[in-house]
Amino acid sequence: MSTLHTINKSPFDRNSFGSCMRVISDGDAILFIEDGVYAATSGTTFSDAVKAATDSHTVFVLGPDLSARGMKEDGIVEGVNVVDYDGFVDLVTEYDKTNSWL
Amino acid sequence: MAKKFMFVNRRAPYGTVYALESLEVVLISAAFEQEVALVFMDDGVYELTKGQKTDGIGMKNFSPTYSALGDYEIKNIYIEKESLEERGLTLDDLQHLVWEDEDDDWAEKDSIHLVSSKELAAVMADQEVVLSF
Repeated sequence: MSTLHTINKSPFDRNSFGSCMRVISDGDAILFIEDGVYAATSGTTFSDAVKAATDSHTVFVLGPDLSARGMKEDGIVEGVNVVDYDGFVDLVTEYDKTNSWL
Repeated sequence: MAKKFMFVNRRAPYGTVYALESLEVVLISAAFEQEVALVFMDDGVYELTKGQKTDGIGMKNFSPTYSALGDYEIKNIYIEKESLEERGLTLDDLQHLVWEDEDDDWAEKDSIHLVSSKELAAVMADQEVVLSF
């Protein structure tokens, strides 16, 4: 049963991303949304951990949430894929279930 | 009787309502002619990023309002250096906020002060009221 993990909290504020990484399975994917998108930006103290996540899993970030926060799509961690809302829907249907980390 | 108010902003915009609520209380306090200082630390530094475009998420972009703070005589906006650094940001990534000094022919002066945690502690200790968002 493959899982899409959505993370909507800033990694600086909550440990959702770290907890997710501890229990994620092979074949699962991560999608950063809302304040979670800050994790995908480059040059932060979490960038290396996110880069490592892209080596083992497919990692996505929601473009409209990046733009709302003034974060540029070319300023994100290498290997992270930007999706729009249609892409978000596709991901939800593509994976067997969704785990919304709150 | 004006008091020294400090508003400490520690949350990112849009994900929660804290940033917007804080901004509203700040403007109300300044309208009552209190001496208002702002702090942006932790995820609060994200409130001031340039180029916010919220059309895609259906929320109001309230970031242009920060540029009006100078008109409310808010001259002291402290940004914690450590918070910027751990997020890979510099002052160039943030809005440039100014106030106009009527005693100096309305010259535009920087409102933003980049401070270390230690420097911020000293400013914070000097306040009469501190409100955290």
